[in-house]
Amino acid sequence: MLVESPPKRSAESASAPATPKRHALRALGLLVSCGVLLLICVASIAVGAKSIPLSDVWDGLFHSTGSGNDVIIRDVRVPRTLLGLVVGAALGVAGAVMQALTRNPLAEPGLLGVSAGASAAVVSAVSFLGVTSLTGYVWFAFLGAAVVSAAVYVLGGSRGATPVRLALAGTAATAALYGYINAVQLLDAAALDRLRFWTVGSLASADMGTITKVLPFIAAGLVLSMLLARPLNAMEMGDDTARSLGAHLTRTRVLSMLAITLLCGAATAACGPIVFVGLMIPHVVRAVTGPDMRWILPYAAVLAPVLLLGADVVGRVVTRPSELQVGIVTALIGGPVFIQLVRRKRMAQL
Amino acid sequence: MTAGTDTDRVKDMRTGAGATAAHLTENSRSTTTMQRLTAESVTLGYDQRVIAEDLSVEIPDNSFTVIVGPNACGKSTLLRALSRMLKPTKGRVLLDGEAIHSLPAKKVARTLGLLPQSSIAPDGITVADLVARGRYPHQGLLRQWSPEDERIVEESMAATRVGELADRYVDELSGGQRQRVWIAMALAQQTPLLLLDEPTTYLDIQHQLEVLDLCAELHESQGRTLVAVLHDLNQAARYATHLVALRDGRIVAEGAPSEVVTAELVEQVFGVKSQIIEDPESGTPLVIPASRRGVGAKVS
Repeated sequence: MLVESPPKRSAESASAPATPKRHALRALGLLVSCGVLLLICVASIAVGAKSIPLSDVWDGLFHSTGSGNDVIIRDVRVPRTLLGLVVGAALGVAGAVMQALTRNPLAEPGLLGVSAGASAAVVSAVSFLGVTSLTGYVWFAFLGAAVVSAAVYVLGGSRGATPVRLALAGTAATAALYGYINAVQLLDAAALDRLRFWTVGSLASADMGTITKVLPFIAAGLVLSMLLARPLNAMEMGDDTARSLGAHLTRTRVLSMLAITLLCGAATAACGPIVFVGLMIPHVVRAVTGPDMRWILPYAAVLAPVLLLGADVVGRVVTRPSELQVGIVTALIGGPVFIQLVRRKRMAQL
Repeated sequence: MTAGTDTDRVKDMRTGAGATAAHLTENSRSTTTMQRLTAESVTLGYDQRVIAEDLSVEIPDNSFTVIVGPNACGKSTLLRALSRMLKPTKGRVLLDGEAIHSLPAKKVARTLGLLPQSSIAPDGITVADLVARGRYPHQGLLRQWSPEDERIVEESMAATRVGELADRYVDELSGGQRQRVWIAMALAQQTPLLLLDEPTTYLDIQHQLEVLDLCAELHESQGRTLVAVLHDLNQAARYATHLVALRDGRIVAEGAPSEVVTAELVEQVFGVKSQIIEDPESGTPLVIPASRRGVGAKVS
């Protein structure tokens, strides 16, 4: 009677072996992704404006003699790579959580105004309070991210918050805040100059101080996100279904926004707003793992740094000896890849 | 048409719906012990709009209860209140003697399942994965996926005959298949009580019957208590063991379909003149609406 005839398979053989096989495949894929990430990390340390042979890279890492090359490796490239790792993971996971939370495939971490809030606070701090050190940005970025995400949640209707209302409130807040950021930067040329690289997103100014400052927040955000994987899975099926399964909608929404604020606030504080990673990586991951947050999140945490560090390496090479900021390169590389992805896979809805 | 004892009931219905409801509820209270799922004089509404006031209902244990009534009579609202989706502004819903809204969400979800009107199948999810999500209330941080979960998921798929679709994507299934998958997910929740909000809407007649047969089977062979909101009065009469007729947020009549489905009731609840005959297939009441052309003027 059915129009489409199901593949001919007995009931037992259909469901029993398929699930463990899929799990094994997913685990293997994660392992391979980790391997790719390792290679990219090596490339990120070895490749740069100054060519350093691999043997020197090895010595610089493990038997430092204090030579010029060693200093570049230890004080510039290693921190830069670590920052890319940490920030990439944060952006990828924040994007995946945001897309699940808003049930919107076009959601990116900045959608709820978190990045804009962090940026606005940093711009204000630089322009009005004369904050100049990067480590000083961090706290302002967090403050801005937290205030704006709380405001968006309230504007979005707090207890009655729906994905659409949250996204609308976030979009409105983002638009207003970027207007403010542009106004301040245009009126204050000095601030504009200092923030020029920060506002396009850059890993270049990485140092261990920045990393240790943002790391606890990002770690907390990653752990919190993983704990939310199952409730987010439930929420993806609609509010009623989620509630009938015993999921707590309000609690999950508040904790998700907290996780996004931690991840995105810290990432923005360290590197400025990097827009594309959080939008694209969850889609790439979803195509591989299917719609299960318990797999999407770890995959995103591994593959997002691959994209970010890969883009950073490319940015260092293409315009040698000067550099292209990573935020620009991710958009340039990611754009075509993303279009290809959209064309290949239907994604009218999550 | 109906048994002699029902004449009183019909008379009561004419004098006032509220009185009938009270009368019937009184009866069932005196003869049976407390049922697992009851609503105690609840007032239901959204924002400021009141849908039902002082509504009391008991779902008989092990029944297949069907709630019927015209559009906007509050039948889905009642089902939402019974399933904890909607908090009554007054009164309370009791599950096993405890107020359902003060119970932990997962505990409720292990006793009472709901198939809502609209659910979203995540893009690219397979049937087996979707059904597996029904195990949510039985899992936690310390209790992850187990062989027992696996077994229950397979049983649920077998019971709804979607086992051979296990590896298919939900979004490429037909409407009837999809609805059976959602029911399988609700079954995997393994709740003694299962509530279904208009499970046959948007389905063609063949798939409607398929879903209702499945419900009847779950009720009969697995002993689950089912509560469904249905639009079709004849289907309700055929499948229900207990019928609740609502109008304007009040219970007009409740009981076995053969006792409560009368021409008077149909007119009172739906505003439609009809004759009731015996369904030649099932022996249950069959409502034949009167032709509206010609008599339409008389009615209004």
